[in-house]
Amino acid sequence: MKFVENVKPDVTTDIVYMMCPMHLLKLEEQIKELDPGQILEIMTDYDGAFEDIPAWCRKTGNEFLGVQESPDFFKFYIKKGTR
Amino acid sequence: MIMKKCYFDHVATNPLHPDVLESMMPYFTEEFGNPLSVYEYGIKAKDAIEAAREKVAALVHAKPAEIIYTSSGAEANNFALRGMALARQNEGKHILVSRMEHHSILNAARFLEKSDFTVTYLPVDKSGFVDPDTVKKMITKETTLISVTHASSEVGTIEQIKEIVKVAKEHNIIVHTDAVATTGNIPVDVQDLGVDLLSMAAHQFYGPKGAGALYVKQGTRIVPLIYGGIQESGRRAGTENVPAIVGMGKAAELAKAEMQKRMEYLRPLRDKIIDTMANVERVYLTGDRTARLPGHASFCVEYIEGEAMLLLLAAKGIFSASGSACSSKALKASPVLLSMGIPSGLAQGSIVFSLGMDNTPEDVDYLSNEFPAVIRRLREISPYAQGWGDREEGGSCTVKK
Repeated sequence: MKFVENVKPDVTTDIVYMMCPMHLLKLEEQIKELDPGQILEIMTDYDGAFEDIPAWCRKTGNEFLGVQESPDFFKFYIKKGTR
Repeated sequence: MIMKKCYFDHVATNPLHPDVLESMMPYFTEEFGNPLSVYEYGIKAKDAIEAAREKVAALVHAKPAEIIYTSSGAEANNFALRGMALARQNEGKHILVSRMEHHSILNAARFLEKSDFTVTYLPVDKSGFVDPDTVKKMITKETTLISVTHASSEVGTIEQIKEIVKVAKEHNIIVHTDAVATTGNIPVDVQDLGVDLLSMAAHQFYGPKGAGALYVKQGTRIVPLIYGGIQESGRRAGTENVPAIVGMGKAAELAKAEMQKRMEYLRPLRDKIIDTMANVERVYLTGDRTARLPGHASFCVEYIEGEAMLLLLAAKGIFSASGSACSSKALKASPVLLSMGIPSGLAQGSIVFSLGMDNTPEDVDYLSNEFPAVIRRLREISPYAQGWGDREEGGSCTVKK
């Protein structure tokens, strides 16, 4: 897993404590709103996202930038692809 | 002869409004889909619950996304207290709840106490008010949540939630209010009140049982109470009770449109009961005289017990409630009344008349004639008619041998 720090997101979505698979549904919903190259931050406490979000990015042509850990949750960073 | 029937227990539940029933009917029959299904049936069900969400949100001046459906007011209260305490437990493990709360708050608080949280129970004054200054004094560095009812269904007092919120916000504390008794009956505006969480139940405003909601202010994290699928944005699992939710939406729409008319209809009826009982010896109004629910008249009647009054009134077709709960071995006085400083003996004689739109002025006249007569009859046969003797204080009515 790629861990990152100080990524500056364009949009943040807080889905901490929301149940699986909200991380994928919100991801899909939010990424549609972004322009190519913009960065989405998803805050979630769901550890299944470590597998799901990079896999979703590979499938959909978006770039998974990495994850940052904080005491209660994780921040996933996704850059919107061009396709 | 057909006996007159007067239902004066609208805080227990309300009859369904005919328009509400009509709105629900298609969702019991042809529109039976699961809102999560992607085909036509599901889409219609999903559209119906989202349209209802807009109406429920409008009733309390919230955004639709801030409304989470639940199965009841009790579930909303459990969800709020447990979900918020757990979500903020890394910031502190102290919560404040008032002594006026419903059991769905008090028992949820007890659960949290067993889970290493500290709970402070806020005292109330003789009218049932929680003093914001007392709240201020009880706050510690560990306090993360305050829960105070908007109005007690037992004594009808409407709390000063705005003032409590002001105190809480100075310390970044989340505020929940149980607005089950008020939502749909008096104006409830989450933005004006400033609360972060608010519970409501559809059957308290002529909607169906089985539908409630928790308002959660946008941006507030809350741990789910029921785990499962992605209903309610992954915050409350379980296939939605679509007919009940549709009914809740319709009831909310009607309540918003008719609220002023309903309040203006109920207040004079309530006041007639209160004024009548003011002339009966040793009958005391419980709760505040002015800051009270528009259809709520509650009393403590000295020297007789609530259960006896309920039975005799029921025999005359008058249906009401007592604040005291009865167990098989001992009658226990209401904790709410005791917290207001009412002696346990007097608290046994608690009775609540809660009015609704199905009550007529004739119903109230009938009650105003029959209730004093019931009191006279019971006092004639009461062993306590000359006083409580050496009955013990503290919620027990066991007579000393």
